[in-house]
This record gives sequence, C-alpha cells and structure tokens, in this order.
Amino acid sequence: MGDHAVQLDSKTLWGGKESPFSTSYGKLMMWFFLVSDALTFTGLLISYGYTRHAAQAAWPIGEETFNSMPFLGHGYPLLYVALMTFILIVSSVTMVLAVEAGHRMDKKGVIKWMIATIIGGFFFVGSQAWEWSHFIHGSEFGKIELADGSQAIVRGHFGEIENFTVVQAGNHLKVGAVVTSDLLHQYQHAAETGGLFQSTEMVNNLKNQKNIIAALKVDTAGKVGAKATQDNLKNKLAGLKKELEAIKSMPSNNGVIILHDGSIAKINKKADEHLILITKKSGSKYKVGDKAIEGKKASQLYYTSLQEGVPNKVVYGANLKQNEYGPQQYGQFFFFITGFHGFHVFSGVIINIIICIGVVMGTYHKRGHYEMVEKTGLYWHFVDLVWVFVFTFFYLL
Amino acid sequence: MLRDDLIEYSLHTHHSEDTGKKIRKKIFYVTILLTAITVGEVLLGAFIHQNSSVWPLVKWTFIILTLLKAGYIVMVFMHLGDEKKWLRNVILVPYFLFVAYLIFIAIWEALEVGSAVATYGN
Repeated sequence: MGDHAVQLDSKTLWGGKESPFSTSYGKLMMWFFLVSDALTFTGLLISYGYTRHAAQAAWPIGEETFNSMPFLGHGYPLLYVALMTFILIVSSVTMVLAVEAGHRMDKKGVIKWMIATIIGGFFFVGSQAWEWSHFIHGSEFGKIELADGSQAIVRGHFGEIENFTVVQAGNHLKVGAVVTSDLLHQYQHAAETGGLFQSTEMVNNLKNQKNIIAALKVDTAGKVGAKATQDNLKNKLAGLKKELEAIKSMPSNNGVIILHDGSIAKINKKADEHLILITKKSGSKYKVGDKAIEGKKASQLYYTSLQEGVPNKVVYGANLKQNEYGPQQYGQFFFFITGFHGFHVFSGVIINIIICIGVVMGTYHKRGHYEMVEKTGLYWHFVDLVWVFVFTFFYLL
Repeated sequence: MLRDDLIEYSLHTHHSEDTGKKIRKKIFYVTILLTAITVGEVLLGAFIHQNSSVWPLVKWTFIILTLLKAGYIVMVFMHLGDEKKWLRNVILVPYFLFVAYLIFIAIWEALEVGSAVATYGN
C-alpha cells in the first residue's frame, strides 16, 4: 500500500468514532497485560494455599520463620517484612505523585518523584536480598530430628560459642590449644556431619565400637580359634554399648566437637535461653500439632540428638531440596513467589529508569502528554499490589 | 496516513493546578490509611498467635484488610476508579469470576487431600 495522505471518514473505517473505554490503546493494553500477570500471581498464591491446606499443621507460620531484623538479631516477628511493605507503599505513593505531576505537564515534578520511586525500588530489592540471604543461611539451631523419628524446628536464643579448647590432640592442634575463629561455622558443619558428641569418653567409646564392628566383619572362616576371638569381640562390644548408655545419660549445652584435623575439643558455650521445639513431622512419640516442647526437656531432647555423632540429624537454612522451616515445598514456594515478585520489582525499577531518562530528555513533554509515565506507573502500582497479597498470604497467615 | 478523526485520549487526563491539589490531598489520605492498616496488621499478628481461640477471626480480618488495601491501590493509585465503568468491569469481572472459582476448587480439594493423608498416611 502506498502512503495515501487521504483523510478517512470514520464511517468507512470502522463505524464508531469513540472508543467505548475512552482510553488510549497503550493504556488499555497495559491493563490487559496486568490482568494476565495478576492471574499468574494468583495461580502461584493459590497453589501455595493448596499445598499449605494439604500439609496443615506441618506448615511453618510466618512469625516462626521471619523474626529477624538487620543489626538487631532475632525476636522481632514480621517487623522486617512490614518495613519492606512500607517502603513499597511509599514508592507507590511517589509514583502516583509523578503521574499527577505529569497531568499538569510539570516536568521537574515528574523527574523528582520518579527518582524517589527508583530509590524506593532499589531499597526494596536490597531488603529482599537480605531476606533471601537470611532464609538461605537459617538460624543457629536449625531443624532437628529427634530420637523417635519426628522433626522439630527450634526457637529461642542461642547461647554464644566462646571457644573450643582441645582436649585430645589431632594432626595439628595440641592439647590445650584454643580455637576462637569461625566457631559457629565449624560447629554447624560438625553438627551436619556427625561431629558433635556429649563427651570425649563418648567419642572414644564409639570409635572403639566401630573398630570392633570392622574386626567382626573380617572373614575368619577356617582359622584356628576364630570362634573364641569372635565371641570375645562380641562381648567387648556389648560391654562398650552398656558403657555408652551410662556416659550418654547427661546431654548438656556444651559437649565436644571433632575439629578438621581430627582433634577433639571441648565446646565452651553460653547457655541457651527460652528454647522451644515445635514438631513439624510426626514421629512415634511427638506428633505434628502437639503443644510445643519447652524448658529443660526441649534442651535435653535437642542436644541428645545433636550430640549423637550421627550425620544428617540437623538441617540449617534452606535450599531447593530441604529447609529448616518445614516441608520441602515451603522453601520452593518462598524462592519462587518472592523471587518472581522481586524480579518484577527489579524490572519495574529498570523500566522506571528508562522512562525517567525519557522525561529528562523532554520526549514526553514534546509529545504533549506524560502517558508513558502513567503506564509505567500502572506497572509499578501492580507490583505493590502483588506484594500486599504476598505479605498477607506468605507472612501474616 | 494523516487522521483527524482520531481522538487523543491521552490528553483527557490533563488537569489544572487546583484539581492537582485535591488529588494530592486524596493521595496523602490513602497513604496514611495504607500505612495504618499495615501497622495494625503487624500488631495484630505480633500479639495474637495462631493457636489462640480468636485466630480465625484475626485471619479473616487480615484477608478483608488486604482486599481493602488492594482496593485503594487499584481504585486510587491506578486510577481505575476514574476510568469508564465498562473498562472497570472488563478488567475486574472476568478476573474475579475466574479467581473465585479457582480458590474454591483448589482449597476444597487441598482439604480433602489433607484429611486423606491424615487418615490413610502418605
């Protein structure tokens, strides 16, 4: 078709002159996109609701999981997400002020408020990064598997680890050496790999048991006196097992740790406070939905399991396979929903920056209207809108 | 193609300094309201735990307050309240119909699955 500079009569073109919505094409399409995006987030939140209702009491509660503040530590349930919500609401307000300034063709006002919005957006993305980091690293206690096979999350104040004092030399460290750096990391690594014990006697007892079990496995068929040796070993093993029961009866906050070089060190740790165990997976004794285990009993159960020298009894933080807060899907939903929302915020900030550059260059002023600011504003408010729902359904309920 | 029969709808939204003042006042009012609701929600969540007997009431309060917040954001910040009635309907009605159905079907089934697992195990 050639470029005809003819004036088209509206009747021949499409019969109706006015748009039924009296809105420009661009704004209408932005609304349609937002409806489809809203359906995506709705789908995600409803599938979250589905999984949560199917898992029932095993599902973690927001205030159990999110109770930390930067620089202040634990004990501030939901305060941080509330702050994030406030930041996003304020940035939504600055955006709507930019749109309002645009309607008055006030270029300076638009620039001022858009920059404020962009700063708010960066603050929100930064807060979410902190939140993710905290979620991934987890608490000092982790989630523990108890003797009856149940799993419990632990809440309370973790007594600070002061140092490790070597009581049995290893490859590098001599008796009496004091380790003072990287304590929590070493402690948690030992807990995950089965390197925490109640006492040195327990470590040595278990080591001896292991040696005897290995010796029993050696094929002695046809050798002279094999039967007598075997019986002797079995007796010894039974004796060690009995001895272990006597040693094991007193779990404490401290215990010993096997360090990297194989040395055994005594853990000097301050006492924990307000320890509670909340069952998240039923075992033979403790069930999901039971009252939380508190006080001395909680401490005893926790440290008995932790200091058994068995790997994989405790989970710290979260990854895509497991997390310390509750069922596996909980971590996956957290990463997907808040991640997808965070990605929206990030792209919103980028779009805002691009439009802001357009405003500074005077593109929209020449056009005679600031509708581009209004359209990116719609997207930005939508991001705020989604967060309002994520805040309620992921954190509050 | 030059067209003089097109209406530049983008210009319809322009307003004067006086109208702007009124709009800013409204924005300020909504900001205070949204902040107050969020603070109220956090306080409610901090003091009433999920094992409390009034929790179901608190839960529904949260949901209603959330819808209220969402309503203010959509109607005032996104200016949907100032659009034509049929634009509002085209956006909201299909969305709510679909979502209401999805919530009903998904939560109902989840509760059945949950009780089946509780009864027969995994």
